[in-house]
Amino acid sequence: MSDETIHIKPYLRLAGLEPLVIRPETNFVNVGERTNVTGSKKFARLIKENKYEEALSVARQQVESGAQVIDVNMDDALLEGVKAMTTFLNLMQSEPDISRIPVMIDSSKFEIIEAGLKCVQGKCIVNSISMKEGEAKFIEQAHICKAYGAAVIVMAFDEVGQADTKDRKIEICERAYKILVEQVGFDPQDIIFDPNIFAVATGIEEHSNYAVDFIEATRVIKQKMPLAKVSGGVSNVSFSFRGNEAVREAIHAVFLYHAIKAGMDMGIVNAGQLVVYDEIDPVLRNLCEDVILNKNNDTNQATEALIQYADNIKASGENAGQSSEEANKLKLAWRNDTVEKRLAHSLINGITDFIDEDTEEARLKYSAPLEVIEGPLMAGMNQVGDLFGAGKMFLPQVVKSARVMKKSVAVLTPYIEAEKERLKLVSANPGAKTKGPAKILLATVKGDVHDIGKNIVGVVLGCNGYEIIDIGVMVPADKILAEAVKQDVDIIGLSGLITPSLDEMVHIAKEMKRRGMNIPLMIGGATTSRMHTAVKIAPEYGDGVIHVLDASRSVTVASSLLNKEQKTAFLGNIEKEYVQLKSDFDNKKTVKQSTPYVEALKNKMSIDWSKFEAATPSFTGNQAIEINDLSVLVDYIDWKPFFIAWELHGNFPAILTDEKVGEVASKLFADANALLQTIIKEKWLTAKGAIGFWEASAQGDDVTLNHNGEKTQLHFLRQQAKKAEGQPNFSLADFICPSTENKKDYLGAFAVTIHGIEKHIKAFEDNLDDYNKIILQALADRFAEAFAEYLHAKTRKEFWGYAKEEQLGNEELIKENYVGIRPAPGYPACPDHTEKYTLFNLLEAEKHTGITLTESLAMYPASSVCGWYFANPQSQYFGLGKIQQDQVEDYAKRKNQSLEYITRWLQPVIE
Amino acid sequence: MSIQENLKKRILIIDGAMGTMIQRHKLTESDYRGTRFANWPSDVKGNNDLLCITQPAIVAGIHLQYLEAGADIIETNTFSSTSIAMADYDMQDLAYELNVAAAKCAREAITQYKSKHPNATEKYIAGAIGPLNKTLSLSPDVNNPGFRAVTFDEVVMAYTEQIRGLVDGGVDVILIETIFDTLNAKAAIFAIKEYFRKLGKPELPIMISGTITDASGRTLSGQTLEAFYTSVAHAKPLSVGLNCALGAQEMRSHIEELAQIATCYTSAYPNAGLPNAMGEYDEAPHQTAHFIEEWAKNKFVNIVGGCCGTTPDHIKHIADNVKNITPRSLPILDPTI
Repeated sequence: MSDETIHIKPYLRLAGLEPLVIRPETNFVNVGERTNVTGSKKFARLIKENKYEEALSVARQQVESGAQVIDVNMDDALLEGVKAMTTFLNLMQSEPDISRIPVMIDSSKFEIIEAGLKCVQGKCIVNSISMKEGEAKFIEQAHICKAYGAAVIVMAFDEVGQADTKDRKIEICERAYKILVEQVGFDPQDIIFDPNIFAVATGIEEHSNYAVDFIEATRVIKQKMPLAKVSGGVSNVSFSFRGNEAVREAIHAVFLYHAIKAGMDMGIVNAGQLVVYDEIDPVLRNLCEDVILNKNNDTNQATEALIQYADNIKASGENAGQSSEEANKLKLAWRNDTVEKRLAHSLINGITDFIDEDTEEARLKYSAPLEVIEGPLMAGMNQVGDLFGAGKMFLPQVVKSARVMKKSVAVLTPYIEAEKERLKLVSANPGAKTKGPAKILLATVKGDVHDIGKNIVGVVLGCNGYEIIDIGVMVPADKILAEAVKQDVDIIGLSGLITPSLDEMVHIAKEMKRRGMNIPLMIGGATTSRMHTAVKIAPEYGDGVIHVLDASRSVTVASSLLNKEQKTAFLGNIEKEYVQLKSDFDNKKTVKQSTPYVEALKNKMSIDWSKFEAATPSFTGNQAIEINDLSVLVDYIDWKPFFIAWELHGNFPAILTDEKVGEVASKLFADANALLQTIIKEKWLTAKGAIGFWEASAQGDDVTLNHNGEKTQLHFLRQQAKKAEGQPNFSLADFICPSTENKKDYLGAFAVTIHGIEKHIKAFEDNLDDYNKIILQALADRFAEAFAEYLHAKTRKEFWGYAKEEQLGNEELIKENYVGIRPAPGYPACPDHTEKYTLFNLLEAEKHTGITLTESLAMYPASSVCGWYFANPQSQYFGLGKIQQDQVEDYAKRKNQSLEYITRWLQPVIE
Repeated sequence: MSIQENLKKRILIIDGAMGTMIQRHKLTESDYRGTRFANWPSDVKGNNDLLCITQPAIVAGIHLQYLEAGADIIETNTFSSTSIAMADYDMQDLAYELNVAAAKCAREAITQYKSKHPNATEKYIAGAIGPLNKTLSLSPDVNNPGFRAVTFDEVVMAYTEQIRGLVDGGVDVILIETIFDTLNAKAAIFAIKEYFRKLGKPELPIMISGTITDASGRTLSGQTLEAFYTSVAHAKPLSVGLNCALGAQEMRSHIEELAQIATCYTSAYPNAGLPNAMGEYDEAPHQTAHFIEEWAKNKFVNIVGGCCGTTPDHIKHIADNVKNITPRSLPILDPTI
């Protein structure tokens, strides 16, 4: 607890997506000027030609060059200013790398300014208002700016005209300040003065002191009104030297040097071209000093000298014009670097175009092929790892880097093999082993077939210099551990997606202890959690069990584990944390109250069945459905999980314009769509499914299905948490009409899968293309889900036809805004995976779809989905939560299975 | 006693979720319609704001439950009562009336409460202004990022009508809440400022509550918390704070930051934890209250309460836990840099 009162300073605070606070130590704020149709010919042309997208690149260039605020001006007689301002600012708002900085809305027409203010969520600067047309208009405009929450630039301009001398500048600014603060209620820190920067060295004597007037006025304004700010359009000062950029930039630098010392806070500048005062050629700098400060200039001699100098350098620089060819050359300029730098560039930017030739060049340069890997390639990959760790690269980019690495290694491999052979012949001790990079063994555990996440982890760790031994999916404990010993690995990583895999991981941990192993164990995958690892797995094995949340974290975990100095402390901390988690968990357990199963059964969801009339399905029994043209499924794809698979978290499509990951996400999306089109066009994949409907009636938590007299029992589980008054303890059986009602009701089921992926995965693997391999796997998953969504829609409208009138867009589908549910065995509403046996029998799913069930009841192919259909309008998804021993015993009896068997399968939900 | 005076003395409690409580009534389509809208051409079930007209007793009853639980400020049931949001039900013409009716429901609850507890402290009605279903900073069309489904002027017009209804209905403060696009909030602020300026009446106090959508620490429209605060500070609000999207646990670091930078009072009313796999909120009242108590002790907050998934029970626990804790005092504004 702190009783220190907070102090807040009256700084000028602006905002784009991010804040910009102008503090004394901010020194000088660069306002980017190139997005101004009056100042940039290129920008003006792009806007006039309606090339707004391209015009955005001008803005981006300003931000990248260090602009802290961006000035936008659309004042051109040939433009519809309001429309141009609105269009450009709206577009700019969807570019997070630009809109992160505040906007300065620049126009001499107030209606354009107001149009701009209506487009920007951040706190803007209005540039500008003035008393040019009298006080009344000035006050009204100031009120409006204030209601939009903008800071304002006030130009030193009154009814008489624009202020040019020091005294006039000061006088007008003081008058405006008083009006704004006292009459309009402006915060003084939101007032920025522009005391007018005019051109010097024009040859007209009265102009010679303009820079001095500005600088001295600034000094007085800042003394008299310390909270207000001073700004100005810097390029005006050098207007006489247009066409001679080198001299102009020197003049700007010298001018700013003095103006900033006098108190100038911000200026409109070409952010990309600011030169550093100290780096100007001293001869030129002295000439500029004299002109700016009007020194040694009684007879215009300083001006003459600078003009003379300018003409000289202009002549020598005549040939240095730039063209688009030049720009292209610049783009490939990295090709002129050393081979090491080129390799690093290719790795970081994921470019494969030159990797073969560069690798070959490096091989010839180094004395042994292995040195190329250990030297430049590893150095490049370390940079990738660092950038990734620092959040400056994202997973899809890293996977591309890995592809470049693999390609390069593939070039070197034959030479390395030859080298080994040669050494074998020479060496007297072929058994001598040099320890290479640390080895990490990865496997998806027995009974589980999912491996997208594991593949990604493998790629990321591979990028960070580890040797990855991936032994695939459905790997039994014995094989994992034997392989680990045989290969002498440094870490074992286990992955799993379905709940039974959790128990398998516990089993492996126990086995490792029993075998006296001491290799650390990393746990990952969608159903795993820090809590489960702490409570169930870690206590079984004492030599390090670490839950790894995602691929990006696997690197730090692995490096901590493999660093001798860090390892003990790291494991110590993890252990402490897990012990704490476990004890929190144990303590918390008693808090949640439960209801006896008999009571829960009584507190079922009550549906008024008297008015109930079930829709009759168009058929009963099962049917196979196959789709060869996957284009019909595209509209049903939910993209969000696709991005999550790539560790890009956020909603679709917002993620495509996300500030941090938008660019990467858009690229990935484009690549995924390209592959998607190929898959559809070349018919890589086939969707196979089965659906069925049966007469159904409920008895307690059981449901009996009847098909032409042949009966099948389904068994459901009921929530046992203590519920608030009026809240039922749900069971899926509640949504089926009880047999006591003597009414017809139905239940449906489906199973779908995507076939044909293996061949193409293999092709990508052979081509060392992890990137497309992972995209393909993720797309197959999306297609399976989309197929399920598609069938569900068809079921609602056609096959079962209980919601024939339904009209839903994809978004509503994803939000599950439809009537009825399709819960899957093994998932929260019915966590018993073994009910899949019944579902598969009913559907003859293996015959119709080719899906097989593993011993952990995972479905193979991995891209498969199955579930029950409930049509009752009151049916809803729920989570079972934890159940008690009384229900477990009852359930075992109902299923006619041993308590032991049931306990094993329901482990994750048993309290 | 004015709300400003009360805020100097103690932490005020704002109510919890309205939607969660309405769900408990298990209302049917015909309950929503009442007699007046029995023949309305489109479905209206789910239009919770409409209940202010068709089921005022239920709405007032929920307000009363929150007052009994210890709320000092109750929010009108007007999250979507604008012509823009009501267009979903083809009820745009009802916007003004809905706001008046909602304010009346809240007033009725306070009257009932006061008749039962004549010595109770002052209670306040916050006229709630929601974020709209259309947004000014984001394009709904991926292929056309410059497109906007609605204009600033249209939003200002819709909010102005809502404000007029709330003020005519007799609210004590105006609460712009669940802000996920700051530009929509700026339109609401603009509407409030211009409404009172043109009317020549003193402004009602404004409360502002933004929504940080996820672990990125940003609003949906992409602003950081500080950028958001900077962009709405010109409202000179009574309070600024956060609600929705996050549970108290996830909201903590953000409210801590806000407490450091806000020159006004701060508010926070988180959800009852994060939704579980089924979209339900299951954080228990004592858990929520425990988090909020810690914020109060650390002087992060002046106004606390609950958002989605919270119930009168949550509010009661929160109120009990912060009762005797001194509130955050307003920062000192230094006169010089």
